[in-house]
Amino acid sequence: MINIFQNYGADLLLGLGNTLLCSVIALFFSLIIGSMFAIFETTPIKALRIIARIYIEVFRNIPLLVITMFFYVVIPLMVAKIDGFTAGTIGLTIYTSAFIAETVRSGINSVESGQMEGARANGMTFWQAMRYIILPQAFRYVIPPLGNQFINLVKNSSVLAFVAGFDLMYQGNVIASNSLQTINTYMAVGVLYLVITMPLSYYMRHLEKKLA
Amino acid sequence: MKKIIRYIGVMAALCAALIVLTSCGAKPLSEQNVLTNSEKSNTITWGVKADTKLFGLMDIKDNRIKGFEVDIAKALTKQVLGSKGQAKFVQVTSQTRIPLLANGNIDGIIATMTITPEREKQVDFTNSYFDAGQALLVKKGSPIHNVKDLNQKGKTVLGVVGSNSVENIGKYAPKARLLQLSDYAQALTALKSGQGDALTTDNGILYGMAAENPGYVVVGGTFTEEPYGIAVNQGQTEFRQSLNTALAKIEKSGEYNRILKKWFGNVPGFNYEEAKR
Repeated sequence: MINIFQNYGADLLLGLGNTLLCSVIALFFSLIIGSMFAIFETTPIKALRIIARIYIEVFRNIPLLVITMFFYVVIPLMVAKIDGFTAGTIGLTIYTSAFIAETVRSGINSVESGQMEGARANGMTFWQAMRYIILPQAFRYVIPPLGNQFINLVKNSSVLAFVAGFDLMYQGNVIASNSLQTINTYMAVGVLYLVITMPLSYYMRHLEKKLA
Repeated sequence: MKKIIRYIGVMAALCAALIVLTSCGAKPLSEQNVLTNSEKSNTITWGVKADTKLFGLMDIKDNRIKGFEVDIAKALTKQVLGSKGQAKFVQVTSQTRIPLLANGNIDGIIATMTITPEREKQVDFTNSYFDAGQALLVKKGSPIHNVKDLNQKGKTVLGVVGSNSVENIGKYAPKARLLQLSDYAQALTALKSGQGDALTTDNGILYGMAAENPGYVVVGGTFTEEPYGIAVNQGQTEFRQSLNTALAKIEKSGEYNRILKKWFGNVPGFNYEEAKR
């Protein structure tokens, strides 16, 4: 395993960088999109609720690979030319956002209804109450499940390998086939995934202790 | 601080576990004599491709793998074990074939595998059973006519992970960007959706694709010589020699040519007279 790091360190590092970049982008946008749909699901406006339900049910129940292949194969033919990395990142963002929406929604629902009523009774609009009263409490509840989603997101980013997104798994496949040292290469890849996910999981635990 | 130390501790423990796991690899199956085992069980297990038209393709109607390599493997099995010998087929990909062979899951690889010096460090090859060479598949009317046209910035070449055609394209067209996909079907899909300018791999496979997809053509002829060989585990000298003898026999008896004609006779652009043995 050490010789893999010595001989292919640069390739692995490039893969690690791309995996990290893809994960950070997807994490950022899926959190925003997911929270947005979670709020949509809990608004009194029926149209928004329906839109959110459709979005979540569709993308939560389609395999990530199918979504990614759609963006890799179909979108370049019909809309715009996008490469494997972009297609993978978009697919990952959409897929994860559906799960995050459900997670955050459960957080919002677990905030006592009295909180919303109290906020509204004090003259806040729905959006103000959401922003200042409900969401801060909801996010505190959902930190542990959100941590799960983030870790899953990092691991799911290996879908990029399938669409030539130059991520860690892709580099692993290439190195394994060049060096013919399959076991060692995938172990090295596994260790590098741990390097990303372990600090993330420790950080989420730390946040959980601090806030929840 | 305490937490950081604990984190480092966990990582160190994991690394140690991995090193221990890698160092204690026993491989009894692959070290046993394959020829004696095969004669005992009257079966040779072959690793074949199931996604490659003309060479080894899963027929979804009866769930059997069919192709040139499958027929060659059957003929060789009959030669080695006698007319009652059974050939068993296991699907492999470019990535899984060497690990499966090393584990002893399969006795031999006959899966569009080019004989290369690097691979000879890991496995032993028989004599070549097919003279392949690398070529290019492009969309009809594409400005790319040969490998030189690809050697410029902004051109993207598609290949398959684990095939040595991707290494070659680095030599012949170093300026082109290279995307390695997981199998040929995916590479072809990527070519169709415009993710690359050309798909490169061995000519035999490209002819199969061109025959199926009328909008795409093989251009430029072959620019490398890459004979396919059957791979066996190192040290299986008896098995390898018996395969070489069997191969020579079916070439002499005309069975090889018959199989070649059966699969490649009608492929446009394939030169049967040149390839027959």
